[in-house]
Amino acid sequence: MEQTQTMCCNCGNQQDERNDKLNELIQKYRDVKGGLIPVLHGVQEIYGYLNEDALKVVSEELAVPMSEIYGVATFYSFFSLEPKGEHVIRVCLGTACYVKGAQQVLDKLSEKLNVEVNKTTEDQKFTLEASRCLGACGLAPVIMIDDDVYGKLTPEMVDEILEKYNK
Amino acid sequence: MNKLEKVKIMIDGLEIEVEKGTTVLEAAKEVGIHIPTLCYLKNVNEPSSCRACVVEVGPRLIASCTLKAEDGMNIKTNTKKVREARKTVVELILSDHKRECTSCLRNEKCELQSLANNLNIRELRFEGERTRAEIDYSSPAIVRDIEKCILCGRCIATCSNVQTVNAIGFINRGFGTIVGPSFDKPLADSVCINCGQCILACPVGALYEHENINDIWREIENPDKLVVVQTAPAVRVALGEEFGLPIGTRVTGKMVAALRKIGFDKVFDTDFAADLTIMEEGTELIKRLETGENLPLMTSCCPGWVKFVEHNFPNMLENLSTCKSPHEMEGALIKSYFAKRMNVDPKNIVVVSIMPCTAKKFESQREELSNQQMQDVDYVLTTRELAQMIKEAGIDFVNLKDEEFDNPFGEATGAGVIFGATGGVAEAALRTVFELVAGKDLDTVDFNAVRGIEGIKEATIELPNGAVINTAVINGLGNARKVMELIQKGEKNYQFIEVMACPGGCINGGGQPIVDKETRENIDVKIARSKAIYDEDKSLPIRKSHKNPYIKKIYDEFLGEPNSHLSHQLLHTNYVAREKF
Ligand code: SF4
Ligand code: SF4
Ligand code: SF4
Ligand code: FES
Repeated sequence: MEQTQTMCCNCGNQQDERNDKLNELIQKYRDVKGGLIPVLHGVQEIYGYLNEDALKVVSEELAVPMSEIYGVATFYSFFSLEPKGEHVIRVCLGTACYVKGAQQVLDKLSEKLNVEVNKTTEDQKFTLEASRCLGACGLAPVIMIDDDVYGKLTPEMVDEILEKYNK
Repeated sequence: MNKLEKVKIMIDGLEIEVEKGTTVLEAAKEVGIHIPTLCYLKNVNEPSSCRACVVEVGPRLIASCTLKAEDGMNIKTNTKKVREARKTVVELILSDHKRECTSCLRNEKCELQSLANNLNIRELRFEGERTRAEIDYSSPAIVRDIEKCILCGRCIATCSNVQTVNAIGFINRGFGTIVGPSFDKPLADSVCINCGQCILACPVGALYEHENINDIWREIENPDKLVVVQTAPAVRVALGEEFGLPIGTRVTGKMVAALRKIGFDKVFDTDFAADLTIMEEGTELIKRLETGENLPLMTSCCPGWVKFVEHNFPNMLENLSTCKSPHEMEGALIKSYFAKRMNVDPKNIVVVSIMPCTAKKFESQREELSNQQMQDVDYVLTTRELAQMIKEAGIDFVNLKDEEFDNPFGEATGAGVIFGATGGVAEAALRTVFELVAGKDLDTVDFNAVRGIEGIKEATIELPNGAVINTAVINGLGNARKVMELIQKGEKNYQFIEVMACPGGCINGGGQPIVDKETRENIDVKIARSKAIYDEDKSLPIRKSHKNPYIKKIYDEFLGEPNSHLSHQLLHTNYVAREKF
């Protein structure tokens, strides 16, 4: 219980802090030509993703229409419009993994975490992503959680792996 | 002035001299050589992305729409290499295009269709992955069909650069690229103001009005309903184009006849209510001038402009005139005054407005524009939809005999007619305000300073009582944004502002007949149609709103006086602040 309370408190502080950082960022690039991309990088660093409210501030302050910002944000794959969880799970759907049952592993993860593909769990703990070939075809089917690789998976192994991150 | 520098180039063996800076596309046109284009929209969209316009320059194929002519260039437009390259470009576009020409709204008015035909494409060599997306019907005004979009960007450039609304943009990259509002929202939840200028810009059937034709047929079939139609001033100077008549032909009488043949029970003229708007808005202006409050008074008859203010300048909502737009006023009167006179239950009256405008479709559904839980106007059809109904009914439009509007809403003055052109509302208001203040008749009724299709016009008018009205007349929202920003910075000071969202005003509204790009480059559609409007004004015996005998009558019998309690209840409205994004 106590813990929850402290977390809430932090949350509030964090919010202010983030806003300060966002303002700083905008001041820095306000009159810089081509400043949009560095600002978007900054926003992603501050919030972990391109947060809609932050983008509204950017649009207003840099006087760049939202339609343009959204265009840039969706054009470059390193920008994310979804908040990322503490851990990012990437399930390889490359050909090798696919034929060895990657889809079943993905389905199991999705069911277990109660989250759609390319979305983040409600508790912000996991983001589940379907990915192109991760380059470990010898271990197919493969998933990566953050920087750890898990190979030769069956759906049954999913529970045990998730345990490690659920501490 | 500097003598313009000339360059000499060779096109298909012809030596020609053109001004420096001319594009190869334009140079070719000067000597009668036609180069096809698709993404190019002069001065609006010049991304050189589609490459339908390639020509051979030396060993290279280059897009001619943005290629500047340079001395000594040798250009070939009709070689095997060029023809094949253009074919490939169009075939690739077609390979990811929902091809259903026969049932497409733009059949025979589609630039892609005619280009494919001209290039003699009879079979498709490529068949690949197709973009799949639901049609976005969310907006009551504009429908988006992404599966027909060829990603030319003409709508985006129009919405962003001409209108500065920025409702839509490119999203994603590569094969996944689509055009749409930010955060992939449905159009109805975006800042789109429904002007439909993107429809006029679109070369294909990817953008079109939210059709209501079948609703109208259904209402007409229903024996319990009295179906009443009214037509906006700009419709009568453009409808003929859909039947092959030259741009700028007035077809008022034929239009009335066609509406009766379609089966409408009464055919009214929105211009009548335009006269009424002038009485109400003129009175409002005189009052605001007296108190000095909420100046400048900004016109409110364009729903595109109104929504633009609601999103972008919510701190100026008080400046908008509280007058409903003319067709809404007329709808309200049809369901009250007219219903009573005819002894019909207003619930059984269906009011249909024929408008040059897609934004009016959105407007007619605003809950502010209703009375006793009935919308003032039930349906809005565009000029194009009316033409479609006339064709569907098999009416020989061109040979129809002229007919007259029905009364009591059939009589209008020249002042009501010129609402269709930019500057028209201001001029009509000035004619009336001037005389109301002077208390006597005037000889001059033409206020030429506010005529013409320039984007921003200013005029200073001194009233007989010494009061001065600084007026700005604006068309196109890019121009409106400029003026609004100057006003907010305190750099400009006006008492009266007329704004029409569409470049050129309603005559060039988003619901008007599609004029293909090439015709637009040769004829200024706005000038031709607005000339027809002013001709109609001149042809009418009464040219000042307050002299319309039916207007006098409706005040005597029903409304009392302008801005009376009943007027406020029926003819005035309010606005809501909307989100900026
Ligand atoms: S209707 Fe007007 S505002 Fe809406 S997307 Fe089209 S051009 Fe933009
Ligand atoms: S909707 Fe029409 S105008 Fe817009 S990009 Fe697609 S094809 Fe071009
Ligand atoms: S200018 Fe006329 S046609 Fe265009 S949005 Fe406004 S009312 Fe409609
Ligand atoms: S028209 Fe020239 S590149 Fe599209």
